[in-house]
Amino acid sequence: MSTTNTTAADPRSRGKAPAGERVADWADGRLGIYSLAKANMRKIFPDHWSFMLGEICMYSFIIIILTGVYLTLFFHPSMNEVEYHGVYEPLQGQLMSEAFKSTLDISFEVRGGLLIRQIHHWAALIFLAGMFVHMMRVFFTGAFRKPREINWLFGFLLFALGMFTGFTGYSLPDDLLSGTGVRFTQGAILSVPIVGTYISMFLFGGEFPGDDFVARFYSIHILLLPGIMLGLMVAHLILVFYHKHTQYAGPGKTNNNVVGMPLLPVYMAKAGGFFFLVFGVIAAIAAIATINPIWALGPYRPDQVSTNAQPDWYMGFAEGLVRAMPGWEINFWGHTLVLGVFIPLVLFGLVLAIIALYPFIESWITGDKREHHILDRPRNAPTRTAFGVAWVSWYMVGLIGGGNDLIATHFHMSINAVTWFVRIGFFAVPVVAFVITKRICLGLQRRDREKVLHGRETGIIKRLPHGEFIEVHEPLSQEQLYTLTAHEQYRPAEIGPATDENGVERKVSPVEKLRVKLSKRYYGEDSQIAKPTVEEYKEITSGHGHH
Amino acid sequence: MSSQDIPEENLPAAQGQAHGAVDVADEKNPFADPGLPPHEHRIQDIDERAAKRSERTVALLFTLSMLATVGFIVAYLTIPVDKIVYVWTLGHISALNLALGGTLGVALFCIGAGAVHWARTLMSDVEVADERHPIEASPEVKAKVMADFRAGAKESQLGRRSLIRNTMFGALALVPLSGVFLLGGLGPAPGTKLRHTAWKKGELLINQNTNEPMRPSDIAVGSLTFAQPEGLDKHEHGYMNEIAKAALMIVRLHPNDIKDKRELEWSHEGIVAYSKICTHVGCPISLYEQQTHHVLCPCHQSTFDLSDGARVIFGPAGHALPQLRIGVNDEGYLEALGDFEEPVGPAFWERG
Repeated sequence: MSTTNTTAADPRSRGKAPAGERVADWADGRLGIYSLAKANMRKIFPDHWSFMLGEICMYSFIIIILTGVYLTLFFHPSMNEVEYHGVYEPLQGQLMSEAFKSTLDISFEVRGGLLIRQIHHWAALIFLAGMFVHMMRVFFTGAFRKPREINWLFGFLLFALGMFTGFTGYSLPDDLLSGTGVRFTQGAILSVPIVGTYISMFLFGGEFPGDDFVARFYSIHILLLPGIMLGLMVAHLILVFYHKHTQYAGPGKTNNNVVGMPLLPVYMAKAGGFFFLVFGVIAAIAAIATINPIWALGPYRPDQVSTNAQPDWYMGFAEGLVRAMPGWEINFWGHTLVLGVFIPLVLFGLVLAIIALYPFIESWITGDKREHHILDRPRNAPTRTAFGVAWVSWYMVGLIGGGNDLIATHFHMSINAVTWFVRIGFFAVPVVAFVITKRICLGLQRRDREKVLHGRETGIIKRLPHGEFIEVHEPLSQEQLYTLTAHEQYRPAEIGPATDENGVERKVSPVEKLRVKLSKRYYGEDSQIAKPTVEEYKEITSGHGHH
Repeated sequence: MSSQDIPEENLPAAQGQAHGAVDVADEKNPFADPGLPPHEHRIQDIDERAAKRSERTVALLFTLSMLATVGFIVAYLTIPVDKIVYVWTLGHISALNLALGGTLGVALFCIGAGAVHWARTLMSDVEVADERHPIEASPEVKAKVMADFRAGAKESQLGRRSLIRNTMFGALALVPLSGVFLLGGLGPAPGTKLRHTAWKKGELLINQNTNEPMRPSDIAVGSLTFAQPEGLDKHEHGYMNEIAKAALMIVRLHPNDIKDKRELEWSHEGIVAYSKICTHVGCPISLYEQQTHHVLCPCHQSTFDLSDGARVIFGPAGHALPQLRIGVNDEGYLEALGDFEEPVGPAFWERG
């Protein structure tokens, strides 16, 4: 509005404006960029190292897209068999698919092709690892709470789709290792009751391996999945902007503000610079560390295999479930229920779903409808933290299972023993991890409480006139006191009296009973240490000094 | 509270400004929010020479980046694509890959390091607070939206004209079916494809290493041989699909060591032929233990006992490996006496 007015009133001033401003004026008249910039150009972002984890994911995704587009210029997604007559001597004259051959050509004949291929693959590993760690950061600090539950789901979908994009990607070269992985996938699909055989036939255009899967995986890998992911990532970022970033508790930081530095210039420089740092490090890794040397693996043949057949790490968890599962098969009425493969397949989805749905479970238990912008310290949410650690340990047990052969050969252990460890550990390790983590959290809460009430242990030992030795405690500054006591503590939900005021029995739904029970487990006496009150603090500090 | 003995290291510059606040808050609530601590100046804010030094550092990093890009171009133009160099700890690696990756890495990293150093040392580091506003709309806004929606819905008459509504839902529900049917072209129906392999009566067993048919005397006790049907040619289209089912393991045992009766019947002088395709998820089995006659699938470690009907003795496989009935033909070569009697490879719903 105001722009148009000014322009209309004084057209000459427009002519004198610097070129950049005139371009901006032009764009504003069409796109409304000034209103957009007003809200965002000096937007405040808080500073913390853990907030950069998500940035690593975003940047590696961009790097993957850039390098991926380059690779499509040289890769032939075809399973036509050809004889190799390229520069790589050991494979001369071998039969291989065009997909494999063009990957060899990218690696040996395209100048810089190997570098881009390795950057692409390394960035994919870093993308997935980054998402995993970023997700855990969000989980353990409670950043997924209202209003960010939907963004948590967007992020989770990115992680899940990232796994499948990675899988379809490393299957494309049609080498012996990745072909084995595809065969495994096909075998797993066959285990699906009723429709498994049909899905397999439809996915592979007939029997395995057929002539089609590389071309089909190709369009899934370069178009379908990344397209969805790009949309999700943009939505993820828009919501981060819209919600404004969370922050840790500290002096001056409240649930109603966000304290930090402005996008222009500080975060433009820091975040923009960080992109180059991430890209630079990945390029350096790709320069010195070989990844997926398909020339050493050879082309795929369904009747050949190598030892140490491992998927990329992010699929290791699913792999471990499959390896550890006993081979249950039920035959009835001319049908086979392949539980030994189907159960791991279901578990894979289920374990992931549990962490995806967690925010909704927690908000149902607390019944809290408020917005939360101050991050929790993990210790101050012991049950959530313990649950998260249990989940991670679950995932890790699966990962160990996925590498049971490597563990057996590297540590000179029996493969049967490793597999049995995974079988038992799948049930036992999360429980143990949960209990231990909760104890650690409570211990840390007690220490915080001690620190607030009695001050910091200085390590200085003082001898009193009557001979007693004491350690000098220094009271905390107000900033520290505030930071350590700023968190809220929920009180456990109550089911209320069994009868109402008229003595009539109250109806309490079993769902509500469950909620109250869980709430007690979450926030009962055994699950959190009451934070120090002002009264306790005054009593101790006013009376008898502080030791 | 004796806030006097707060050590300096715990309370940087906050003392001066926050002191008053602390004393006031102390009376009622010692845990009160003291507010944002005052800004601490960096050396670059006070000392122009330090700021100049930072400027030069940033400029140096950007210059390094430029030089590295020049290096990248030189490397691209001069290093042969097939040159291999030995680099200590890295081994023999592609010189071009190392040079391009190294220069690109430096060129990118230096831009990033320069920008970050610029932001950290020269740009303002004063922390500012932005207000947050609740996301939920005010009741007035909500009321307006609801009223608008009701007006719109009423004007559409969707609620009133159920004939339109029901047929519309019907049409919208049916139209995706076209897409579902179009997917039918993706592949054939399974039929009995998974039940048959290229083996049939009289098909010679061809040693995959020598490409020759085999006589029983060629196979020593304790050896493992991979075989395929004579009719399969790896140059022919469709070979992959056939070998994925027909791949065969041939092992010779002492007939006395064979515990399974049917296995003995289907063998020839202790020579047994089993499907090489694991019954778990279809990896080719390739690890054979001579002493025990156990074979292990390297993918998921399913272990089968070849002296006992190839039953599963460990791992996630659900059933034994299918055995191929073999004998010798008139010329003394090993031949199949028929196809596998059960489907090879992983189990599936219709397997039964």
